[in-house]
Amino acid sequence: MASHLQYLSLALYAASFVCYLRFLYVSNPWAGRSGTLLLAAGILVQYFALLQRSHGAHSVPYDDLYGSMSLFAWLLGVTYLGLELFHRQRTVGAFVTLLLVVWIAALDLLAPNQVLEAPLARGALFDLHITLNTWAYAAFALAFVLSLVYLVQDRVLRSRHPSATFWRFPALDVLDRMSRSSVWVGLATLGVGVLIALIWERGLVGAFSWLDPKVIVTVAILAVYIAYLRLSRSPGWRGARAAMVCALNFVIVLFSYTVVNLYLTRFHHF
Amino acid sequence: MATISNTTGLAPIVQGRIRVALIGCNHRTAPVELRERVAFTSEQALDAADGLRRQGILEEAVVLSTCNRSELYGVPADPAAAVTDAMEDFLTSYHRVPRADLTGRIYRWVGPDAVRHLFRVAAGLDSMLLGEAEILGQLRAAYGQALEHGATGPVLNRAFQGALEVGKRVRAETEVGARPMSVALAGVKLAERVFGSLKGRAALIVGAGAVAEQVVEHLRNRGIGRVRVVNRSPERAAELAQQIGGEAVPWESLAGALGAPDIIVTSVSATEPILTRAMLERALAAREDKPIFVVDLGVPRNVAAEAAGLYNLYLYNIDDLGEIVEQNKRAREAEIPRAEAIIAEHVAKFETWRATLEAGSILDDLRSRFREHREILLRERLAEMKHLSPEEHERLASITEELIERVLDDPAQRLRKNQSMRSHLGAIEALRHLFGLDDSGEKSRK
Repeated sequence: MASHLQYLSLALYAASFVCYLRFLYVSNPWAGRSGTLLLAAGILVQYFALLQRSHGAHSVPYDDLYGSMSLFAWLLGVTYLGLELFHRQRTVGAFVTLLLVVWIAALDLLAPNQVLEAPLARGALFDLHITLNTWAYAAFALAFVLSLVYLVQDRVLRSRHPSATFWRFPALDVLDRMSRSSVWVGLATLGVGVLIALIWERGLVGAFSWLDPKVIVTVAILAVYIAYLRLSRSPGWRGARAAMVCALNFVIVLFSYTVVNLYLTRFHHF
Repeated sequence: MATISNTTGLAPIVQGRIRVALIGCNHRTAPVELRERVAFTSEQALDAADGLRRQGILEEAVVLSTCNRSELYGVPADPAAAVTDAMEDFLTSYHRVPRADLTGRIYRWVGPDAVRHLFRVAAGLDSMLLGEAEILGQLRAAYGQALEHGATGPVLNRAFQGALEVGKRVRAETEVGARPMSVALAGVKLAERVFGSLKGRAALIVGAGAVAEQVVEHLRNRGIGRVRVVNRSPERAAELAQQIGGEAVPWESLAGALGAPDIIVTSVSATEPILTRAMLERALAAREDKPIFVVDLGVPRNVAAEAAGLYNLYLYNIDDLGEIVEQNKRAREAEIPRAEAIIAEHVAKFETWRATLEAGSILDDLRSRFREHREILLRERLAEMKHLSPEEHERLASITEELIERVLDDPAQRLRKNQSMRSHLGAIEALRHLFGLDDSGEKSRK
């Protein structure tokens, strides 16, 4: 169930989207700065919304669809904001904030009145495992968006008929670096998340569920993104082909987040 | 009281005493031969501004002179005089140009139209190259110089500061100043779409055409790293290399030199392509498929058309760039209405401020007129009342002064609160006429 804070964060993301869009269209630096500030405000407010929710559940909100998707959106915003500040590049903001707005608005349609039930107490390590893995998915989602923008930009450059907004889009090199950074964040958080799960489960039952479909798919995700990082610096692959690989890799992430979670795994329903 | 029509789209303006006047010629009204004759150096611009004020034509003056325009802006010292005639006389005598030579070449604007023209100049709408940014810097320099010299006053300060704001807003909020408008700049901007910053990147210039030199200039401005020049004539290659701080490479080493640069600019007169697909394929392989951006300025083309399909090679020829420039030009033109809207908003703001100033000045004039009458009245009446002591004289003077202040207090309060004083300008002028303040204005000025 959405709180007032969640609605406020949605409004801030929407306002941020408008500012980023204006920045993309007229390149007004104040519009860009406002977009960043509103996004940061939205992230802050959504943090308190998540905190409110976690107080009710006594854990990170991952057990229900609403909480899990909300956490995903928040981590996507955090990752993008970090990359924007690191790469000093705002022109992708419009795409990312649009994704955030659509995502959070969809939450209210898909799980509008979900009543939160207290989940099993699994401890802080487990919460950290889930948070880090969700963060990895968010980072891969961001890399997906950046790769799509790369492919569009590359196509426009090759067509030799640039459109009006083309001149505002980030350079291919910048998109490539941002996408790689995002994948690095995803791999690091996923790797540490899996490691923590290993420690947690070993401490609990003395073994690790290697054959669980979620674990197998997670290993596959790690493998395909490591391959992407390698390919994106290899002759014959760097550039648009690597961006295509990165975009396609996200299909596996979506598969893991939906089909595997809902139908295949025994216990990874987060 | 004079009511004049205007081209600002605002309601007819009642001209007050505080006005901006302008005369000038630009690339649209005068050929370069004439513009040269009426151009001002920066020293002459100051000298002319001084002259205009010294001769009592203007109270405030700024002279703007660029390669495309010579314009005199000012605030008339005498509101009733035909100020633009006097300004034109000054211009012709200053440059010793027969007045007949300027007939039909000079434009004259007074009031909101002059302000609107100034704002259009700042926005780049009156420039030869629509939306060019250089004019804003030139305007800032001309105004800054006049300000420092003490040639400006509150009216021109307000007008020029407004113009600088309009210039910035139009470029920030519309596409009028965006997108490259020359083939050379379009090529460099496209390279930036691939590489981001060009700082430290390597470039190879094949041939030494004029446009290629312009491309190199733009690359240099963006901090390009190593630049190598290849030309059939080693002397020309060495000359250009020296000119741009690059390195000359023998023509025979062209194929070998292709592997290093991120950007290749070709501008060679040749009947056959000098860069074949195979050569560029090898260059890409040598770079491990790192992207190469190629600008082919040659006619006939210097780069084989099949090379366009190579992975990570971005090839633009002169027609592609020309088409982009044309498209950008159309896009800039489409933004003119938005720029004009910003200008209209600022002209209206200026007019409101001017009207408030006008209303303020009439109160000052009224106060002076009342005091003059009070002095005369007190002198006459006190001469008849010899029995009053000096203290009682003082008291009477103080009471009458208080009376004047009380009478004027209400209109002053209203003036401070009224945001739409512009619509009352006619009434203000009528008041001025009613009290005969036009004459007092003349007196005080003299």
